Amino acid sequence: MAQVSFDGVTKRFGDTIAVDDLTLSIPDGELLVLLGSSGCGKTTALRLVAGLEEISGGTVSIGDRVVNDVDPKDRDVAMVFQSYALYPHLTVGKNIEFPLRQRGVDKEERATKVKRAAETLGLGDLLGRKPAQLSGGQRQRVALARAIVREPLVFLMDEPLSNLDAALRVQTRADIVELQSRLKTTTLYVTHDQVEAMTMGHRIAVMSEGRLQQVAAPEDLYAHPTNVFVAHFLGSPGMNLVEGMLVENGSPDASGGGGRGTLCVAFAGASVPLPAEVADPVRGSGPDVVLGLRPEALRLSPDGVIAANVIIVELLGAETHVICHTESGARIIVRQGAGATKPALGEAVRIAVDADPEAYHLFDASTGERLGGP
Amino acid sequence: MTAVAEAAAAAAAPKAPARSHGLRSRMRKEAALAYVLLLPVMVLFGVFSFYPFLRNFKLMLYETPPVPGLPSRYVGLHQIIPTITSTQFTQSLLTTFVFVILVVPLSLILGLALAVAAHRRLKGMGIYRMIFSSTVVSSVAVAAVIFGTLLNPVVGLLPWLGINPNPPALESTTWALPSVAVITIWQFLGLSFIIMSAGLQSVPDELLEAARIDGATAWTRFWRMTVPLLSPTIFFAVIVSTIYAFQAFGAVDILIGNSNAVRLHTNVLIYNIVNTLQIENNPGAAAIMATVLFLIMLGLTILQMRLLERRVSYAR
Repeated sequence: MAQVSFDGVTKRFGDTIAVDDLTLSIPDGELLVLLGSSGCGKTTALRLVAGLEEISGGTVSIGDRVVNDVDPKDRDVAMVFQSYALYPHLTVGKNIEFPLRQRGVDKEERATKVKRAAETLGLGDLLGRKPAQLSGGQRQRVALARAIVREPLVFLMDEPLSNLDAALRVQTRADIVELQSRLKTTTLYVTHDQVEAMTMGHRIAVMSEGRLQQVAAPEDLYAHPTNVFVAHFLGSPGMNLVEGMLVENGSPDASGGGGRGTLCVAFAGASVPLPAEVADPVRGSGPDVVLGLRPEALRLSPDGVIAANVIIVELLGAETHVICHTESGARIIVRQGAGATKPALGEAVRIAVDADPEAYHLFDASTGERLGGP
Repeated sequence: MTAVAEAAAAAAAPKAPARSHGLRSRMRKEAALAYVLLLPVMVLFGVFSFYPFLRNFKLMLYETPPVPGLPSRYVGLHQIIPTITSTQFTQSLLTTFVFVILVVPLSLILGLALAVAAHRRLKGMGIYRMIFSSTVVSSVAVAAVIFGTLLNPVVGLLPWLGINPNPPALESTTWALPSVAVITIWQFLGLSFIIMSAGLQSVPDELLEAARIDGATAWTRFWRMTVPLLSPTIFFAVIVSTIYAFQAFGAVDILIGNSNAVRLHTNVLIYNIVNTLQIENNPGAAAIMATVLFLIMLGLTILQMRLLERRVSYAR
């Protein structure tokens, strides 16, 4: 087992920078999810660890060893590909055995290890089959078995669940988490699916346009996104982001904030007062800001502070998403529980925000960075 | 049954046959149109392929008269055995097999080697690909002239390299056939390269990357991944090149010719057939040999189709 470190790593393809000055450390035994939309550089970062791409700048280390110039076969990593990359002409047993055979493991030990890996993943009956005779889920498990059989220092997984159907994905997700926690092997897991990231990762590293945006535990990332990209990317649906201006309301602060007025975020049709815990650190910032509000922190209420019109109502079963437009043209999604009254399309509504200070997120309108600390 | 239902049933009953009748007449019309559109091609094939093909079988049954000008004599199947057991024919068949064994493996190995070399993503690789595949479009006559010059004992490449075989390669009973084989290999190399390149494109990069991470060396990746995954392609190339080698004629005709003393050592089947027909003026025997060649080709084609059908699906 080993720690994996990126230190100022850059990867260029011609004029395109795929990974830009990435510094990130994955401690021994951690499952770190690299999350981002397609083309953000997450797969390239993974391939740099595998040695499938040459590093343009910086260093990648596995354990104490800088591996920039180490051949993939000597890095002691195992990779699970999106397409599984099973060897189509070899049986399941031979597929799982392949990495052991390449490393000169003797026949008896190979057989024992293959058997153990196959049993771990419930493949015992399939060892004689060819990959073409397997279902998607079975192939996926063969790919995992081939990765674990060798007990590598690091697992690299490149969107391993994206070819599975929704139900199987949920199941396999749990299986991988369970497997990883049992083996305690450092794992880099690449996905574009934030639900996968939230449910699987010990920590999540969010990437966009080759740059690392934020790395934190899932709950931290969700509660304290460092910029508008992370705020919007995480959550389903993502955080509502409304452009507005920080203004000080003339009336003295009811909580007695030293005679200062209440700080509000104002935009057409609304003036959202900020709780003191949120307002105090950002006093003097702006005035142009982006107000971030999670859909679950909002509710439809006649005494709400935001005036809006209902555009779409999406019924998801356990919950309903009410999609509204504010007068300023911003799109706001309100997440309602099953019991809530469903508004009519086109209805003028008012949206109230939770009093909990955690419900409010403020970002600088020009840089997109979070205002007022973590 | 109510009156309305009865009326409805009566109305519905004859409708179905009427519709099927309409459908049938429309299908007939479409079929007629199809035959009209196919006619030009059918005529071309008929005149230049099917008629000569059938005519060949008829020729087999007639013996050429000993004196020119007399009508040929119907002998049925009686001249088949003497023809295919004649020394001239068996020698020619043997020469052809040796020729095929010289040409096929080498042209495929070289084609695969070039394809592997050109499969890398390097700048300017397109130019190499074009060069490697260019022999496909060069005519056999041009190739024969080029190689004839290269093998020339006075101005050729061999004397320039300090190699002066005596007799010269094209007049040596040992080296004449290999020399012709070299030209044929060179000519087939382009096609072999194209077939192998196409096969390599279909081997997913991820498989080779997975093998690389799993610890396979370049050599192992080639032998344990690329070659097995390429096996349908290689097999296809074997059949195509075998058929190509069996049909070699131009290079032999231009480089060796009839006046050369070694011509019996390069007397491949097609060349023998043409000589039997044109020099010996014996269409009956030529037709029998052509039929043997046809049967060999047919056998190879059936083998190819059977094995291609049976080949494992590598769909992931």
